[in-house]
Amino acid sequence: MFENIRLSFQGIWSHKMRSFLTMLGIIIGIAAIIAIVSTIKGTNEQIKQNLIGSGDNSVTVQLYQGDYTYEMEYNGIPDGVPVISKEVLEEIKEIDEVKNAALFVSRDTYNTIYHLNTGISGGSLYGIEQEYFDVCSFIVQKGRIFDEKDFEQFRKVAVLDEESAESLFSGENPVGQTIEIKQEPFTVVGVVAKSKKFQPVINSMEDYYMYNQNSAGKVYVPSSVWPALYGYDEPQKLVLTVNNTEDMTAAGKKSSEILNSYLSVSDDTMKYKALDLLEQAKEIQELSQSTNTMLIWIAGISLLVGGIGVMNIMLVSVTERTQEIGLKKAIGARKSKVLGQFLTEAAVLTSLGGLIGVIVGIILAEVISKLTGTLVSISAPAAVGAVVFSMVIGIVFGLLPSYKAANLNPIDALRHE
Amino acid sequence: MILDLRHIYKDYQQEKLVVPVLKDVSLQVEEGEYVAIMGPSGSGKTTLMNIIGCLDRPTKGTFELAGENILRCKDKEMSDVRLKSIGFVFQSFHLLPRQSALENVALPLSYAGVRKRERRERAAKALERVGLGDRVNFKPTQLSGGQKQRVAIARAMVNNPKILLADEPTGALDQKSGKQIMELFETLNQEGVTIVMITHDREIASHAKRVVHIIDGEITEEGGKEVSDE
Repeated sequence: MFENIRLSFQGIWSHKMRSFLTMLGIIIGIAAIIAIVSTIKGTNEQIKQNLIGSGDNSVTVQLYQGDYTYEMEYNGIPDGVPVISKEVLEEIKEIDEVKNAALFVSRDTYNTIYHLNTGISGGSLYGIEQEYFDVCSFIVQKGRIFDEKDFEQFRKVAVLDEESAESLFSGENPVGQTIEIKQEPFTVVGVVAKSKKFQPVINSMEDYYMYNQNSAGKVYVPSSVWPALYGYDEPQKLVLTVNNTEDMTAAGKKSSEILNSYLSVSDDTMKYKALDLLEQAKEIQELSQSTNTMLIWIAGISLLVGGIGVMNIMLVSVTERTQEIGLKKAIGARKSKVLGQFLTEAAVLTSLGGLIGVIVGIILAEVISKLTGTLVSISAPAAVGAVVFSMVIGIVFGLLPSYKAANLNPIDALRHE
Repeated sequence: MILDLRHIYKDYQQEKLVVPVLKDVSLQVEEGEYVAIMGPSGSGKTTLMNIIGCLDRPTKGTFELAGENILRCKDKEMSDVRLKSIGFVFQSFHLLPRQSALENVALPLSYAGVRKRERRERAAKALERVGLGDRVNFKPTQLSGGQKQRVAIARAMVNNPKILLADEPTGALDQKSGKQIMELFETLNQEGVTIVMITHDREIASHAKRVVHIIDGEITEEGGKEVSDE
């Protein structure tokens, strides 16, 4: 075997030009596939990152009416939506995919939060349970977060995120200061930030609107003071975190089902649903994938043509070496030996082509990434697969020439000029 | 008896015509003999040689090699017979041009599954035996015709076959080199190797201890040392 491989390299090396030209078809095909696959993978990762945020892995479950989130502002408190109890929350935390979960209420705010004369336009106000910051992996930047007493004593305290702190205090330290929420004074006790900073890449208007909603910042207050602000126990929202991005959809679905089982609403379009970013990401990915699948087919055709080229040159090689084959058979080489030798040569030729193709493909992908500014992610399985696949091409297209060589009649072969 | 051919017929099909090449050929060769098969071109001597060398099968007849019925063998077994029992020497040497003398000689050993180190040792010994111990790493292009033929003989002998089959071994050589090859054959024969050589050259045939004439596919005369009469 090693002997055959060594002989193959010798043969390939002794016809450098011819071998290279033969390999070119394979090189181009594999390079194209690797470049396309790397770009697809890069784009997909970018989409995922844009929509989901890297490493966050959090899912929000909230009440929907039909295809839209249920709007408290216009519809008021819905009937038949019970308060989510601690027991139900525990039930949700026991779902396999769920790492942690917390309840909260939130509203978008319009001219409701002020510090002196500065207001937040278009931010959101959150009424949160104590474990919320922990579940969503926030870190405290300044001051503190809520403690048990804040909840028990219905203290009017607030925590700001970086954006709202910037909007309201523009650089000043907000801790200890008073802000006004719905004309009620609240003391700012701390500033928090996401532990893993999620910086969205804005590629389209949709992206812009999506992120713009939150850009004005968020203000958090203890959930126990929420009724003091809005007057009611309103339908809660649920945030859950999962270990794997892949688990997001399942975790969202399962917890929505649990919540929906407690609903007793007359309008059956009113349901808890997960704001499923992963699902959205997948849809966009599928769209970009379908165009790229076509490109892969085209590259596949190049591989087919490359394979035929290999077959052609192997046939030439068999004809050229007829005497050698005849001699080998005359001095006792079995058919299988000759078959093995030529198959190995074809496989080595195409594997080498595949290997060069992978390298060229990676370089190509990097160049594309530099030129277009898109993310490129080299896929190791694809690279290994490409080399193995080109070896298979060599074996498949080498079969006919090798079979021809193995079945040469040694007498005629020796006499061949 | 090492070779026992009886009533061998060989026909070739040429389009719709059946051309008989060998007609009722019988030939017996004892172990250690040195036989020359002589005949003009087209006489069927090469066909006979191919049958003896297990490269071809007769249309009719029986052929035993060292007591074994060869014609019953399958292709694979025929390959093994060629590998282990027969050494071939051709008119045009048939060396692999890109391989060194040593690699050329070691080739049959690799088919016999001999390990690499032993292959090299045995090939080097075989080259020494034909007087080319100092040309081990030369490529065929760096060797003279006579030397090439000696490499080919070393290759034929490396598996210690029972029979050495030579097809016009001096046909492509000058007289001096030819003579050296003949001397080598005589030495090998004295060491106990059975040699069957085909030639159309009376002078070359005279080196053999027995000459068989074949004309028009029939063996016409067979006698011991009838050419050389001292």
